[in-house]
Amino acid sequence: MRRQIPALASLLAVAAVLCVLPFILSDYNVSLAAQVGIFFVAVLGLNILTGYTGQISIGHGAFMAIGGYTTAVMSRDHHTNLVVTMLMAFAICFVVGLIVGLPALRFSGVYLALVTFALAVSIPQIPLQYSTFLGGIGGVTSSQTVSNLWIYVAAWTCSAILFVLAWLLLRGRLGRAFRAIRDSEIAAVASGVELPVYKTLAFGISAAYAGVAGSLFVLATNGFAQPSEFGVFLSLQLLIGAAVAGLGSLWGILAGAAFVGLLPQVSTSVPVIGSDHGRDVVFGAAVVLVMLLLPDGFAGLLARLKRLARA
Amino acid sequence: MTALLELEDVEARYGPVHVLHGISLAVEEGSVVAVLGPNGAGKTTTLRAVSGTVRRSGSIRFAGRSLNRVGPDGVARLGIAHVPEGRGTFSELTVSENLRLGAYTRRGSIQPELDRVFSYFPWLSERRRQQAGTLSGGEQQMLALARAFVLRPRLLLLDEPSLGLAPVLVAELFRIVRELNEKEGLTVLVVEQNAHLALQAADAGYVLEAGHVVLSGSSAELRADDSVRRSYLGY
Amino acid sequence: MDSAETSPLAGLRARGGAIDVDAAVVVLLLLGAAIFLLVGCLQSTTFAQYTVQGLALGSVYGALALALVLVYRATHVINFAQGELAMLTTYIAYQLMLWGLSYWAAFAATLAIAFALGTALQVTVIRPVQRSVIAVVIVTVGLFILIDGVVNWIWGADPKFMHSPFGFASFDVGGVEISHRYLWMMGVVFVSVLLVWALFRFTKLGLGMRAAALRPAAAALVGVRVDSMLAIGWGLAAVLGAVAGLMAEPSQFSLSPEFMQPILVYAFAAAVLGGLESPAGALVGGLAIGVSLTLVVGYVPQKYIGSELQLPLAFAVLLLILLVKPSGLFGRREVRRV
Repeated sequence: MRRQIPALASLLAVAAVLCVLPFILSDYNVSLAAQVGIFFVAVLGLNILTGYTGQISIGHGAFMAIGGYTTAVMSRDHHTNLVVTMLMAFAICFVVGLIVGLPALRFSGVYLALVTFALAVSIPQIPLQYSTFLGGIGGVTSSQTVSNLWIYVAAWTCSAILFVLAWLLLRGRLGRAFRAIRDSEIAAVASGVELPVYKTLAFGISAAYAGVAGSLFVLATNGFAQPSEFGVFLSLQLLIGAAVAGLGSLWGILAGAAFVGLLPQVSTSVPVIGSDHGRDVVFGAAVVLVMLLLPDGFAGLLARLKRLARA
Repeated sequence: MTALLELEDVEARYGPVHVLHGISLAVEEGSVVAVLGPNGAGKTTTLRAVSGTVRRSGSIRFAGRSLNRVGPDGVARLGIAHVPEGRGTFSELTVSENLRLGAYTRRGSIQPELDRVFSYFPWLSERRRQQAGTLSGGEQQMLALARAFVLRPRLLLLDEPSLGLAPVLVAELFRIVRELNEKEGLTVLVVEQNAHLALQAADAGYVLEAGHVVLSGSSAELRADDSVRRSYLGY
Repeated sequence: MDSAETSPLAGLRARGGAIDVDAAVVVLLLLGAAIFLLVGCLQSTTFAQYTVQGLALGSVYGALALALVLVYRATHVINFAQGELAMLTTYIAYQLMLWGLSYWAAFAATLAIAFALGTALQVTVIRPVQRSVIAVVIVTVGLFILIDGVVNWIWGADPKFMHSPFGFASFDVGGVEISHRYLWMMGVVFVSVLLVWALFRFTKLGLGMRAAALRPAAAALVGVRVDSMLAIGWGLAAVLGAVAGLMAEPSQFSLSPEFMQPILVYAFAAAVLGGLESPAGALVGGLAIGVSLTLVVGYVPQKYIGSELQLPLAFAVLLLILLVKPSGLFGRREVRRV
């Protein structure tokens, strides 16, 4: 993200488009655009973890669950202001992320992927067991509901704020350390980077982002937080989004967020296959194809195009 | 008469780094040829160019046949055995399994080959079930050589066989190489930092520096050459 | 899979013959567990019942775990779609039986089809991206989703009844009812694993595959077609998965598209528990998980640990073990070379 600091012009263009969209889109499409915003936040966070420190996590859906449940429970029990609940989600997930990040240090590569996968599978089961407080299968409903427009504004405002935050973090010492770790852990250690500190921090930050996304996610589904919403598929969507995004490009993250935010919805209305399974068949096939064509994600494609343009 | 192995203007690179800048050399059938030169001259890369394990261009012909489109497994099937730097033995497998792998491209029974190998390396037959990784460095190098020989290759590519070996073992190794060459007609292209030993065992040699051939000739000529004597033979 | 490489006994004698403490501890642990089980079985018929059931389920988890390890050893990736692939091949068997084939004919045909599918997948979608770990992970995830969708589309989500030849009879051994199908499950898995092991240990092809997995560059130099070996590895893994799917099904009595998903999760746990590079470890891990889960869910009252918590429980234990020994019970500690 440092090397490709988006030119101010393109940033403003994106902002302008986002401001205009709610006026020209139908309410349903506004909710879709909001979804993309929610995934933007989550993919941004995951990008920091996977792209910058190379730790593969298939469990960030769990953090979204924690964030989402935080909002729902606080709203149901204490009628807390929704924005405040989002801040709480951010903080709580940051701490939980740090806690998860510590043992995660012991695992590398595939082992980490499997352990986080375990997290993704296991956490949604917890509300089922402890159903008095956490609502069981029925879930927890927040006491306030919001309109699609509210979510749209909230999601994209959060995206903007968190994007700037990420940019600030990554251009400084933190970013340099992260990049060093990504390129070679051994070299990073040799040059004095305290691996455990930065890797754990990366986990915390990415978890915090996912937490906020989770809050928004719950609000987008009528304030309903239930286990089935936070299943493995969600964690997979996040990982896919980060992979499709590739590394280091705002447009990449937008593309990744749009891919996982829109495609499953859009592919439910595929003829022949039908709405039930169209999503899986089309989305699954699309994921495979995109990875075959763009193994370095959208950012990789952009980099290649830039090289071609220069030549 | 065309040589068994002919390289003409061969260039090779690792990614963006070019290591060979137009190497030409020829290895006559039945001879032992040494490739000498300092570290980083491209000696190992030359062997890799032949076995197809590095990106290369230029003409490489083996028994008249172009190797340009042939990868390492194809090269083995044509009868070229490459013993790489680090020996390429499978330390997790047994001695016997390593030898069987040497004959991977051969069909049918390999018992006659194994018998022949054991006649040159009798101690190997006792260690058949031993894990290759538990052998000493010298023994592993011998195993690598034995494994290459099981293939019954027409050409043996030997990369820095003396690395990390005690002098006694190195001398023994070169003695066996010479014996294989004389008795079995094995053609050998050996890359070696120890110029003295290499030139003793070889019929001819090439001196490489910074990716170019700077000198070539029979081993007697090279041994008599002043620059070779000063730089590589130490006197 | 190969006595020279990773059997625990070989591991006991590490370089130079000194006893490897880690491996000795693991072996002792297993011995202790085996004794515990034996004593328990003799004491209580319920315990014995649970143990047998746990072993039968565990052998299925172990078979799928073995498939995962096979792929991992060869290509250093985890195939997230291994379970769904197994599910697909089970549905294919179901369809073949609907078309009139007998169970065992369908079984054999399914194994052949599984092999073909596995190799085809490796060649078409894995090989092009194999240089990037993340890309391969995503591709297998995409396959997971795709296969799930395709099966739902073709056969529908409603549970199907699949005929099983194992019947419902059982042996009575000292008061313990050992159902025939448990014995068949364990038997078929055992035989399949044995055959695959023999392939690796005694055949030239197996040797080539092992070499390609250990050191691809060196293997190429002796003439091994490394790419083909990888494809065959995927094919064999698919076959093992097919066996797991077919043997898992009889214990469910109804075939539905999600039936392999929890099993995949247990198989992951088993594979990691055993150490991702160890076939023996995967099997032992599978059995261990099968037995432990059955015992825990059987004995602990529902309100503390209900069957919903089976999955998190499996992973809590797994996590604990990994924290102590990150490379799994039978794994080698990873040395990061500069």
